[in-house]
Amino acid sequence: MGQFGIGQPVRRKEDVRLLTGRGLYTDDVNFEGQTWGVFVRSPQAHANIVSIDLDAARAAEGVVAVYTGTDLKADGVGILITDVEMKDLAGTAMFRPKRDFLAIDRVRFVGEPVAFVIAETQAQAKAAAELVMVEYDALPAVGSTAFAASPDSPVIWDELGSNVGVHWENRPEAEIDVHMARAKYRAIVDLVNNRVVPNPMEPRCAVAKWDADAGELTMYAPTQGGRRIQGGLAKTVLNVAPGKVRVISPDVGGGFGIRGKLYPELGVIAYAARKAGRPVKWRGDRSETFVSDYHGRDQINHAELGLDENGRVVALKVNTIVNCGAYMAENGPRLPISGGGRIIPGVYDIENFYFSVRPVLSNTVPTDTYRGAGRPEANFLMERLMDKAAEVTGLSREDVRRRNVIRPDQMPYRTQMGMLIDSGDFAANMDMAMKGADWDNFPKRRSESEARGKLRGIGLSNFVEPSGGRPTEEMRIQVDANGKAKVFAGTHSHGQGHETVWAQLLETFLGIPFADVSLEQGDTATMPKAAAGTFGSRSSWMGGVGLQRSAKRIVEKGTKIAAKLMQAEPEAVSFEAGVFSAGTSSVTIQEVAKAAYETKSLPDGVEPGLDESYFLERDPEEFNYPNGSHVCEVEVDADLGHIQIVNYVAVDDCGVVLNPFIVHGQVYGGVAQGIGQAMTEQTVYDDDAQLVTGSFMDYGMPRAQHLSMIDALFNEVKCKTNDLGVKGAGEAGACGAPGCFVSAVMDALAPLGVTHIDMPLTPDRVWRAISEAKAANAA
Amino acid sequence: MLIDVNMTINGKAVRGQVEARTLLVDFIRDHQRLTGTHVGCDTTQCGCCTVHVDGKAVKSCTILAVQTRGKDVLTIEGLAQADGTLHPVQEAFREHHGLQCGFCTPGMVMMGVAICRRHPNADEHTVRHELEGNICRCTGYQGIVEAIMDASSKMASSSTTGGQA
Repeated sequence: MGQFGIGQPVRRKEDVRLLTGRGLYTDDVNFEGQTWGVFVRSPQAHANIVSIDLDAARAAEGVVAVYTGTDLKADGVGILITDVEMKDLAGTAMFRPKRDFLAIDRVRFVGEPVAFVIAETQAQAKAAAELVMVEYDALPAVGSTAFAASPDSPVIWDELGSNVGVHWENRPEAEIDVHMARAKYRAIVDLVNNRVVPNPMEPRCAVAKWDADAGELTMYAPTQGGRRIQGGLAKTVLNVAPGKVRVISPDVGGGFGIRGKLYPELGVIAYAARKAGRPVKWRGDRSETFVSDYHGRDQINHAELGLDENGRVVALKVNTIVNCGAYMAENGPRLPISGGGRIIPGVYDIENFYFSVRPVLSNTVPTDTYRGAGRPEANFLMERLMDKAAEVTGLSREDVRRRNVIRPDQMPYRTQMGMLIDSGDFAANMDMAMKGADWDNFPKRRSESEARGKLRGIGLSNFVEPSGGRPTEEMRIQVDANGKAKVFAGTHSHGQGHETVWAQLLETFLGIPFADVSLEQGDTATMPKAAAGTFGSRSSWMGGVGLQRSAKRIVEKGTKIAAKLMQAEPEAVSFEAGVFSAGTSSVTIQEVAKAAYETKSLPDGVEPGLDESYFLERDPEEFNYPNGSHVCEVEVDADLGHIQIVNYVAVDDCGVVLNPFIVHGQVYGGVAQGIGQAMTEQTVYDDDAQLVTGSFMDYGMPRAQHLSMIDALFNEVKCKTNDLGVKGAGEAGACGAPGCFVSAVMDALAPLGVTHIDMPLTPDRVWRAISEAKAANAA
Repeated sequence: MLIDVNMTINGKAVRGQVEARTLLVDFIRDHQRLTGTHVGCDTTQCGCCTVHVDGKAVKSCTILAVQTRGKDVLTIEGLAQADGTLHPVQEAFREHHGLQCGFCTPGMVMMGVAICRRHPNADEHTVRHELEGNICRCTGYQGIVEAIMDASSKMASSSTTGGQA
């Protein structure tokens, strides 16, 4: 493979542009004559809206218009509703609340938008928004996940009568109780999987204009692929054909799962641009990120693992409550089930598995997909159970895992939930990670730390996660007459480096030089019709294989043209590394591309041009299974509760690695988000469901000093279910990190008698746990 | 009431009229249309808006445009040489994968340059500590820290051999 081919650590094409200030993000885009929009948001967590007085705001300097939900409704704007439908075992469907784009009768979380002001300048719009007088009649509110699920909680949706949307179960619990009864040992954990705010560094932003003559809307906004938002705006907001809406996502400052949504703000901006007949720009600030971007995680898990006398698992039971927030977002309630729940058994061979999920509503920002989307929660839960299993059986943490991991000779492995894990060597992941972390010599390092008055711990976690996201994608390759190629991608890169990786693939498949390949993405006017986008660690598979097959079509057509150029039979033509050959003759793909645009050079029946696309559709139940094993080592200052990560080894099996340089970056970033959740990040609502952590001042984003260098290694096992052999890479780090980090800290604190701390393991929580354990020991 | 301001940005004399409350970052982005400098928060925490004022790294969201009258401002657009040759810190970010989505990057690079100038041959601990005011959500900081350490070492050896950085 050449210098720029598959598997090479190629430096990124996009970097020079982004490093010199020449990126184009949505806030860099302005339309002639644009107005500025500001949302009026609810300061109340739960209240009836008694009245909204707009007179003062409308009269304020520079104000162009003020809209409320009533205006939108009168103009036929629809509602937002979750995509998720699920039923309990008796067949009762989950409650699906309807959400107006702007709240009309009642607000249900702090930050919910109730009105939209547009004015000539942003300052005028902000000032006028202050003059919108909303009279609220406050209602009892609930922010706590546990309390929302209890019968004593205030009820958010009167028509539901409680806050529990459904009690979903994979099977009757009694079926697994039979097996649990055989267990000699039981490991039980109660966990809080803390709510986090995804916080991409680019705050949300949008600018839209309506062309009245054409009846078309153009909107710039950061998304993870605009097709679904285009469809939503067309159907739900504007009532026009999808082709009359153009969504453009130029450079996007991070996605992490939360960008691909039809947020109410986007609908209101589209509506306002048409209604007011002026372009509208909204520049959300970081505070709005905290109260309006969907949040992530927020589960409570009660789990029980039964093991026999040999330390083999005989049964697993998990009960999960997920806090969906005030409304159920597009995917929110799905995450603990098809997102992560069904993979809870993870890398372990567990035949008897029961799990139930109760999605609950509360007066909080809705939760939805965030890096891993249910899988990090599942893997964390399973790894905490395994550590507990070690404790109750007296086996070591690695031994109890080794006794239960799925072996390579069991592949492909059909899980109890019906998923088919095609490949992976989970025990080898552990070996590689433990060797890389010098696990065996840990006791020596612990002694050294003790000599310095520090506590030292080491932890291990395994993970496996289904990747692939939605089952369709379309990719297109256009080779122009000069032999330069442009990829029109259905995927969307917002940090993942597709400009680079797709060029590597084309150099490999077509022999077109890396430098001659460019990427066009993020514009619904030019992206393939069936474009889906980038999420769920899907792009290497769906985009990569889509490109591979498009390239095959380019070669097929090129073969016919080359045959004519060489006066050979097409059957006699072969293609390799950018050259078509027949006997002693050969032509380059560049020569063929030139000929493709000259009618005289074309064989009969061959259309001009060299432009092919491929619509890739896989079985919706077929995924790939990135997996790995991470080891984390920490040192804890017991006096301060401060944790320092001193070593971190990440072993990942993401199948064939297209660009190790870029995949390493995905691992580092994913681990940082996992460590962030486990160590520093916590979304706090108080007893009145007011958001306490509403800015970077009081929300613990992981910073450079919280992290250490990560040693990222690959245990490459080729995926058997796609032609490239790739597995996802984007979410693995976030799946592996919380488990090994918490395990390491608990290992460090074990000598003091500390047995459990909920994430995040902040110095305050660690210090308190140590103090309580010391007090208990002294008593 | 509008106030006249003049300053040098990236070596070019610029002037404009601003409100007293206009932040430097808004003057740079909205008045001068230099959009490489980004706004990532509203509490001086993220560092996306970091520029240099008279050679010092400053968060341009936390200084008024009128405060930089007569001063020399350098933004990410002015860091590379006129022929396009990247600054050693920019080059190191590229070499060490110090950026993914690119949004925090201009601020990280400007901060990185300041760190390199103040700490020749900066070690990992120093770099991590100095980056306290810059947040990245994509990279886990690994490539950023490696890039700044590398650039710091290269700039130090270049300055001792008479080169420029």
